[in-house]
Amino acid sequence: MATQHSRSAARVMISPAVLLLLAWMLIPLGMTLYFSFQRYNLLMPGAHPWVGLMNYKLFIQNPAFWTALINTLLLVGGVLIATVVLGVLLAILLDQPMWGQGIVRILVIAPFFVMPTVSALVWKNLFMNPVNGLFAWLLPKLGMAPYDFLTQAPLASITFIVSWQWLPFATLILLTAIQSLDSEQMEAAEMDGASALSRFWYITLPHLSRAITVVVLIQTIFLLSVFAEILVTTNGGPGNASTNLTYLVYARSLLNFDVGGGSAGGVIAIILANIVAIFLMRAIGKNLDA
Amino acid sequence: MGRITLDKVTKRFGDAEVIPPLDLTIEDGEFVVFVGPSGCGKSTLLRLIAGLEDVSGGEIRIDGTAATELPPAKRGLAMVFQSYALYPHMSVRKNIAFPMKMAGMPKEEQERRIDNAAKVLNLTDYLDRRPGQLSGGQRQRVAIGRAIVREPAAFLFDEPLSNLDAALRVGMRLEISELHNRLETTMIYVTHDQVEAMTMADKIVVLRAGKIEQVGTPLELYRTPRNKFVAGFIGSPTMNLIEGPEAQAMDAHTIGIRPEHLDVSSTDGRWRGTVGVAEHLGSDTFFHVHDTGLAEMITVRADGEVQLRHGDTVYLTPQDGKLHRFDEQGLRIA
Amino acid sequence: MARAVTPQRKAINTIAAWIIGLLIFFPILWTILTSFKTEAAAVAFPPQFLNFDWTFENYTTVQERSSYFRHFWNSVVISLGSTVIGLIIAVPAAWAMAFVPGKQTKNVLMWMLSTKMLPPVGVLIPIYLLFRQFGLLDTRTGLVIVLTLMNLPIIVWMLYTYFREIPVDILEAARMDGASLRKEIIYILTPMAVPGIASTLLLNVILSWNEAFWTLNLTAAKAAPLTAFIASYSSPEGLFYAKLSAASTMAIAPILILGWFSQKQLVRGLTFGAVK
Repeated sequence: MATQHSRSAARVMISPAVLLLLAWMLIPLGMTLYFSFQRYNLLMPGAHPWVGLMNYKLFIQNPAFWTALINTLLLVGGVLIATVVLGVLLAILLDQPMWGQGIVRILVIAPFFVMPTVSALVWKNLFMNPVNGLFAWLLPKLGMAPYDFLTQAPLASITFIVSWQWLPFATLILLTAIQSLDSEQMEAAEMDGASALSRFWYITLPHLSRAITVVVLIQTIFLLSVFAEILVTTNGGPGNASTNLTYLVYARSLLNFDVGGGSAGGVIAIILANIVAIFLMRAIGKNLDA
Repeated sequence: MGRITLDKVTKRFGDAEVIPPLDLTIEDGEFVVFVGPSGCGKSTLLRLIAGLEDVSGGEIRIDGTAATELPPAKRGLAMVFQSYALYPHMSVRKNIAFPMKMAGMPKEEQERRIDNAAKVLNLTDYLDRRPGQLSGGQRQRVAIGRAIVREPAAFLFDEPLSNLDAALRVGMRLEISELHNRLETTMIYVTHDQVEAMTMADKIVVLRAGKIEQVGTPLELYRTPRNKFVAGFIGSPTMNLIEGPEAQAMDAHTIGIRPEHLDVSSTDGRWRGTVGVAEHLGSDTFFHVHDTGLAEMITVRADGEVQLRHGDTVYLTPQDGKLHRFDEQGLRIA
Repeated sequence: MARAVTPQRKAINTIAAWIIGLLIFFPILWTILTSFKTEAAAVAFPPQFLNFDWTFENYTTVQERSSYFRHFWNSVVISLGSTVIGLIIAVPAAWAMAFVPGKQTKNVLMWMLSTKMLPPVGVLIPIYLLFRQFGLLDTRTGLVIVLTLMNLPIIVWMLYTYFREIPVDILEAARMDGASLRKEIIYILTPMAVPGIASTLLLNVILSWNEAFWTLNLTAAKAAPLTAFIASYSSPEGLFYAKLSAASTMAIAPILILGWFSQKQLVRGLTFGAVK
């Protein structure tokens, strides 16, 4: 609903953003695709011969790829389960009447604002260090043997650290969603004689389903790209035990300088992310109509 | 001066033609009401005149000059929106001053007009408040104030009263009518409420599906509706429209009789029926009469003192010369 | 929900929530406490909570040894720079989409969002090579460019959802009142959208401040912001807890405070308006 005049003004005003993003998307993407079909290593100067799907083949045949793929799925899945389950419980708790609600909220969301490198370093040294970390002191007190978390269970430890970072996000969004729940609906259910548990099951949870979907999808996008936490804590090791796809591509590209192989890995990472993205876009697109 | 002429004005949204070619002339100083059910295109028509939408075809002339291509700012019209559309971040004074500021009017003149408008609209005490601190009626008056300081060629009102409660609406209706009497400026007023149309208009334009069904004074529309649609739309309670043998007996497809044009008797009359619901308004009583042998339920408007109850038998007789006859296309038969 | 509960119930809620809240916050608290300890006290068993000699020495050492403030300044320039440039590009675009929606508006919005779904690692090589080619590696300019483009979709989206809450009527009223498009944006839209623009700015500064993929991969020393600077402590010789904690505290403090102010906008920004 507008006039010709405002429509043409709108087109002018929208074009810088569109053109920039178009360039940002097409140029690097095109280059990645282009490189992925070449034998191209920064350490080996000279021509970059066309090798077809060789890079993809080598990348996929490498056992490290499968380890990294499984690690990626475990990391994403583990963090999702932890943050959504704990997030729902925490959101319900925070929604209850209590003293100092605002302060508790601030405490709970704080980890989200900690930069990934700091949180990784703090957990690695101050807590998980097998000699000086707080856990090294705590575990014997609880009658357990000392444990070198990042060496003996690197992926689980990283999953734990990342969950700590993302729990606030899940909690905050779920809390917002719970607070938008119509209290009359709850009261009506109470009048109808529904117990607290069935109110949770039949009213709260369905109400949260959309927020949970959004949390899962958005976190997945970010979790597929977890990088700094791995770089700082384990460098992907020991061996490939905590290497995810992002880290593998990084290692191939910037540590081994294998442009062709890294590009092939990048394309695979993009395809994986797009599968998730399709679902996310649908969920958000639906909301756009509402 | 504000004579507005629409010549074959057309509006299409994509393939949908919401306003087929339409001709209309609004004389200087007239109070014209566009009325019709929601979705009839009345607001779109107003926005075309305002310049907030492009016409798809045809010409709009304001005081003889072509305005079709002019942006809204250049048409010399002022508009009062349904939502009032006040600037929430400005005081009442600044809201009213805004159009004058845009026109680059000298400060003293601005002040003079603001004071004047505030006096007329009872806003003097509120000039330094923000719109958020005002009641609905006061906001409405600010919106009107913002319109009158410009001394526009015509005022456009887009359902200005529909966000007010019933009591306020009656008061504002009077205020707007008085304003029109004092300013003698052309006003175009859009509403879906036929009571507003009847009470305020010099000229009513009844619209349906983008087409003009009838143009006329309120009484013309009331007395001689051109078709069944206008007959049913104007007047409250709505006209009884009767089809079937009773209509055929009068050489019509449909006959219409207004509830206030039926004589009620307990002994004899043309139609015998049973009283259903009786609505006592004090001044009037509305009866809904069943089992008259007609297919339709008949509504009757009687004196407030008439004592009839649910289940009573009544006889109804249409008054002489008050019957309306319509043909199969719904058009009036003279 | 203001439902009435018994005081006992409220007390239980309070205790449970505080315990969990403190537990979640504890790593941050512990980092802050450690930053005021001597290196010996930092690794002492049993751990010392408040009963240690407080010292500010770590903070001065961190600055002296590693010119902390240079990296801090890099973070400020990069996060603020990318956000402000992003806003300048995004405000007109969001205006157009919110107030002059066309048939393609929804598609454009969704497409912009889709660029955000691109995993950074997928374009790491081209960006790295382009940066090397144009001498942008380890420069603040380079990072500002990348982070602007990274966050542009979020900025457009957030502004779009805020603008959409401004009734079109008000802008049309301004148009009727004789305002040109420029005046309409300056006098009416911008003042009305200030809260939304401010929250967008806030959230994007936070996101850029904490961005740790591009900052780690595209900087070495000169232009390294705090994310990259802190990562340098992960090397074995960096095992001095108190100084690590001091550097960490300084790196997260400003954003922690900003973040607490932006709680509400955070939800909206990060869910692209899907949850408000």
